[in-house]
Amino acid sequence: MAAGVAAWLPFARAAAIGWMPVANCPMPVAPRDHGKRQDELIILNVSGRRFQTWRTTLDRYPDTLLGSSEKEFFYNEETKEYFFDRDPDAFRSILNFYRTGKLHYPRHECISAYDEELAFFGIIPEIIGDCCYEEYKDRKRENAERLMDDQEENKDNKLPNMNFRETMWRAFENPHTSTMALVFYYVTGFFIAISVITNVVETVPCGSTPNQKDVPCGERYTVAFFCMDTACVMIFTVEYLMRLFAAPSRYRFMRSVMSIIDVVAILPYYIGLVMTNNEDVSGAFVTLRVFRVFRIFKFSRHSQGLRILGYTLKSCASELGFLLFSLTMAIIIFATVMFYAEKGSSSSKFTSIPASFWYTIVTMTTLGYGDMVPKTIAGKIFGSICSLSGVLVIALPVPVIVSNFSRIYHQNQRADKRRAQKKARLARIRVVKTGMSSAFLHNKRNGLFNELLELPVMEQHLSKTASLLESQHHHLLHCLEKTTVSLLPTSTISNMTAHEFVDEQLYEQNCREGAVQSYPSCSPSLSSQEGPTGTCCTHQARKNPLPDASVPPTCQGALQELSAVHIQCSDQPALSTSRSSLNMKLDDTSRLNCKSGLITTAIISIPTPPAVSPEGDSQPLTSPSMQTIASSNAVKVSTL
Amino acid sequence: MNLEGLEMIAVLVVVVLFVKVLEQFGLLEASYDDSVEDELELSAVRHRPEGLEQLEAQTRFTRKELQVLYRGFKNECPSGVVNEDTFKDIYSQFFPQGDASTYAHFLFNAFDTDHNGSVSFEDFVMGLSILLRGSVQEKLNWAFNLYDINKDGYITKEEMLDIMKAIYDMMGKCTYPILKEEAPRQHVEIFFQKMDKNKDGVVTIDEFIDCCQNDENIMRSMQLFENVI
Repeated sequence: MAAGVAAWLPFARAAAIGWMPVANCPMPVAPRDHGKRQDELIILNVSGRRFQTWRTTLDRYPDTLLGSSEKEFFYNEETKEYFFDRDPDAFRSILNFYRTGKLHYPRHECISAYDEELAFFGIIPEIIGDCCYEEYKDRKRENAERLMDDQEENKDNKLPNMNFRETMWRAFENPHTSTMALVFYYVTGFFIAISVITNVVETVPCGSTPNQKDVPCGERYTVAFFCMDTACVMIFTVEYLMRLFAAPSRYRFMRSVMSIIDVVAILPYYIGLVMTNNEDVSGAFVTLRVFRVFRIFKFSRHSQGLRILGYTLKSCASELGFLLFSLTMAIIIFATVMFYAEKGSSSSKFTSIPASFWYTIVTMTTLGYGDMVPKTIAGKIFGSICSLSGVLVIALPVPVIVSNFSRIYHQNQRADKRRAQKKARLARIRVVKTGMSSAFLHNKRNGLFNELLELPVMEQHLSKTASLLESQHHHLLHCLEKTTVSLLPTSTISNMTAHEFVDEQLYEQNCREGAVQSYPSCSPSLSSQEGPTGTCCTHQARKNPLPDASVPPTCQGALQELSAVHIQCSDQPALSTSRSSLNMKLDDTSRLNCKSGLITTAIISIPTPPAVSPEGDSQPLTSPSMQTIASSNAVKVSTL
Repeated sequence: MNLEGLEMIAVLVVVVLFVKVLEQFGLLEASYDDSVEDELELSAVRHRPEGLEQLEAQTRFTRKELQVLYRGFKNECPSGVVNEDTFKDIYSQFFPQGDASTYAHFLFNAFDTDHNGSVSFEDFVMGLSILLRGSVQEKLNWAFNLYDINKDGYITKEEMLDIMKAIYDMMGKCTYPILKEEAPRQHVEIFFQKMDKNKDGVVTIDEFIDCCQNDENIMRSMQLFENVI
C-alpha cells in the first residue's frame, strides 16, 4: 500500500458504514488501538544537521531503516535524538521520499555515493520517480562501463606461465609488450604502405617513348612491380599464418573481420598466379586486382582511430539505415515528379524515371554536376524544392552519428588515461602496503630490543607515536605469526618455531640465494653461542635446522628462520661494521634506532655469502654482517 | 501564360509554402481554436478551507484531530480539493483484488454535498464527522443518502442493484465460494423484503430508519467505527 494512502485509511474505514445496512451478518470486532499516542515529532540528527518529522511520516515505509525498529540502534539517549553519521545532503532526498512518496536522484550527487546511502537506509533504487529514473540509469550504466573497462585491462596482465603460442599471440595483439612485437608491428606497417603505394604508382603513366602513347609504369617495369608485389604478399602470408598458429581459438580468429581482410588482401595474388595467361578469365583477373586495395584496411590494426570509426559506423547502423531509407523515398518521389515535369520539353535529358534518379541524387546531395538540368518552369520549381529537402533529410541523422562517434572516442581516451593512472595508483597502494608491513616489523624489533636489553625506559623514545589502532593491528599480526607453526622436515617438537613476516626485498633475495646455496643442515653450535651480543635476539634467533638444497627455487615452501638483524639506515655508514654495533652504548643504539624514517625494516636474514661452507658453523660470522644488501647503506648486524 | 497541370500544382505548392512562412512571422493569423483551453489550466483550482475554529464548530472533531486530518488530506491533495479520479484512485488502493471504482463513484457523490464535482476539505470533514461522531440517526441518514443515487428520497430496486453490484465488484473474482451472477440481485431481494414495509417497490427514509433501528446487527455494526480517529 502506498505511503500517503495510509493517511486515508481512517476515511475508508468510516465510509464502510455505508455497507452496514446492507449486510446480513454481524461484523467482526474492530482491532483496538492500544497505546494510542499523539503523533510526535522525532529529531534525526545527520552529521550535525537536524531534521524533524512526524513519527507517522517515517512509519509509512516499514521495510526501510527509518520506518522500522532498526532506527532504535541509532538512538542517542542523552540528546533524545536519532544520530546518523552520514551525508546530510544525500539524506535530504531520502527524507523527502518519506514525505512525498517519491524518491528523487539529485544530479550533482555521485552515483555510487548515492547508491551507498540508499543501501544504508534500506531503500531500493527502483522506486526512483520517473522524473529522475532515466538520469539515474544512465549514470549507473556509465559507471558500470567504466568499471568493466578496468576489469578488461586486468586481463592484460602477464600470466606467469605462458607457453610460446600464448606469448606470440600476446605479442601480436599488443605490440608494446616486447621489442620483437614492436619490430614486427612496424615492419608489417611498412610493408602495407609499400604495397599500397606500389598499387597506386603502377597505374601512373611514366615516360612515354616517342612512338607510343603514355604507358603506365606497371607495364613498363613489369618485373620490378611483380617482385615488389611478391615480396609484400610473402610477408603478409607469413604474418597471417603466424597469427593463425598463435590464435587461441582458430575458428573464431578465422571468422573475425581482420582475418577476412587479410585473406582478401593476399588471395588475388595467388589466384593470379594460378590462372596466368588464360584469355577467358583475364577480365576477371583485372577485377581481382581491385581487391588488392583492401590491403589498406590492414592499417586498422595499426590505427586506433580507424577502429573507432568502424565501431561508430557499426553502432549507428540503425541511423544510417533510416537515412538510406528516407533518401530512397525522397529520390523516387522527386525523380517521378521531375520526369513528368520535363516530359513536355524537347531534348530533355530526363528520358525515364531511372534516368531522373541520377539528377535527383546529384541535386539532393547538393552536388549539382549540371549534366542534367530542368528546362521547364515546373521542373525548375520542383528541382529547387528537391535540393532544399535534400539538405534537410541528410542533415537529420548526422548529429546522431557524430555524437556516437564522440562518445566512443572519449571512452577510448578515458580508457587510455585510466590505464596510465592505474599504474600510479598501484604504485601508491604498494608503497602504503610496504609502509604498513615495515612499520609492523620495525615495531616488533623495537619491542624485542626493549625486552632483551631490558630497557623499559626506552619505550617512550622508541615507540613513536604509534596510535592505539596501529599497536592493536601489530599485535594482531604478531598473534598470527605465533599461530603458524613452521613445520620443517627435519625439525623436532622442541625446535618448532613460528613463521615471521619479512621484508619483500629480503624474501626475494633469500629465494635467489636459496636456489644457489645449500644451507647448513643444522648449526646447533651457533645457537649455543652466546656472546655479549648473543642475548640480543637469541630466543628469536633460535636456530632452526635450515632446509637443505631441496628448497624449490621459487621459494614456495615455508619461510626459513633467519638469523641476522638487518637494519637499514641511510646515514650511518660508520655503523656498518658488525655486530659490534650492538655493543654500542645505549644512547647510540637508540640513536641508531630512532633515526630517520629509513630505519624501516628489522629483519632477520640468513647469512648468505658464498664463503659459508656447509660445515662453516663457527666460520666468519662477521663477514655476513658486513655484507650490504641491495647495495644500499644497509647495516647488517649479525646476532650470533 | 498557359499553365498546364503540373505547373499549376507547382505554383500551388509555392503559394502554400509562402503562406506558411507568413504564418510563422505572425502576419497571418492561424484560425485554430485550441488556445482557449490553455487559459483554463492556469486557473487551477486552489482551495483553502475555512478557519480551524469554524470547522471545529461545525464538526464534532477536536482541534488536534482536525489538524491531523488536514495534514493527511493536504499531503495527498496539495491543491486542496479531491476530484473524482483521484478519489477513485485512493479508494481503489484499499481493495486491490476487485474494482472499487463504481462504489467510489457513489461514495464521491455522497461526500460531494454541494455537487460541484470536487470534494473539498470541508465536505470531507463534514462527512467524516457524521460517520464517526454522529448519532445513529445521522449515520442512517447518510447511508440512505448514499443509496439514493438520484437523491429523490426513494431507493428503487434499480438503484439498490447498482449499489449492490458495485459492492460485489469490490470483492473481485477470487472468492470462496465463487460469486455467482445473481448474487447481487438476490441480495437486493432480501434487502427489499426486509426494508420495504408497504411493498410499494421503493424504500423511503422512514421505512429505512425504522427497519434499521429494529435490527440488532445493524445497530451494533453502526458503532463499529467509533474510535477510528
